[in-house]
Amino acid sequence: MHELAVTESILNIVLKHAESNGVAKVVGINLRIGELSDLQNKWIQRYFDYLSKGTLADGAILKIERTPIVFQCQSCHREFHGSFGPGKDVSCPKCGSTSVTLIGGREYFIKNIEVL
Amino acid sequence: MEQVRLIEIKEEVLSDNREVASEVRHRLEANKVFMLNLMASPGAGKTSLILQTIKGLKDTFRIGVIEGDIASTVDAEKVSREGIPAVQLRTGGFCHLDAPMIQQALNEMDLAILNFVIIENVGNLVCPAEFDTGATKRAMILSVPEGDDKPLKYPLMFSVCDVLVINKIDYLPDSDFDMKAFRKRVHQLNRAMTIFEISCRTGEGIAPWLQWLETQIRSIRP
Repeated sequence: MHELAVTESILNIVLKHAESNGVAKVVGINLRIGELSDLQNKWIQRYFDYLSKGTLADGAILKIERTPIVFQCQSCHREFHGSFGPGKDVSCPKCGSTSVTLIGGREYFIKNIEVL
Repeated sequence: MEQVRLIEIKEEVLSDNREVASEVRHRLEANKVFMLNLMASPGAGKTSLILQTIKGLKDTFRIGVIEGDIASTVDAEKVSREGIPAVQLRTGGFCHLDAPMIQQALNEMDLAILNFVIIENVGNLVCPAEFDTGATKRAMILSVPEGDDKPLKYPLMFSVCDVLVINKIDYLPDSDFDMKAFRKRVHQLNRAMTIFEISCRTGEGIAPWLQWLETQIRSIRP
């Protein structure tokens, strides 16, 4: 449900840059969001379409690149991609250790915008 | 056909909130106030823990509470009955508190006379994890009946908190909650997480929690 607040933040940042660059229209927005975020792409776009009506970014397509959840093994220091779900405990694919630490997957970033 | 060009932005999505959060933090530092952002599912024991905390620390510190529970004044009333100033944020249907809301709530408090402010965030393990409120530390409660698999379902919340309170440990004998597996899951997400096992109902384990808070508050106002 916090998609609305996040989408509003995306729109504000995009409009700020669009206005300061004097663009006619924003047609695409490239985002990088970590897999740890619960944001649903479909809902972000839907909220964006609603919030951006009548602005320079009206009709812009959000393109979301998901960055993986990354763990590091404390035993062999191998970095690996992980995922979460019920009954899925995390262990190192190389040495099998369960002493692992989360090191990535929380990104929340606007890379660039495509404009006319 | 007009040509599409790219404008580099490279900005964090929630940078606005982060800026306000850092203003809040400076304000707290200037007033030597320790603020705790307390998050949990509905029913995990946020209000009970706050009441136990107030009971244990109100003779030592001046405490204030910011209540974020949706459209209810019940919790603020319970806290006010303890003689503690409470600000009720009417968040409507909002699923989380953000830094501008906390900034506003702090305007209604006399920070100069307070040592410790507790934020009771909206009951939810998803949305509040995403928003920095400007609090000095983030805490979460997980109660035993919720199950030991919660770090697998809400990894972000477990990864952003500094301290975890496991509440309702009096339920442990009747449950299949695997404490060892749970602690392991938590530390995989967050190696630095400090963990307390308590029961707000029986009072078991409350003392070490209060001691931790006292150390935090005193480190800001020696």
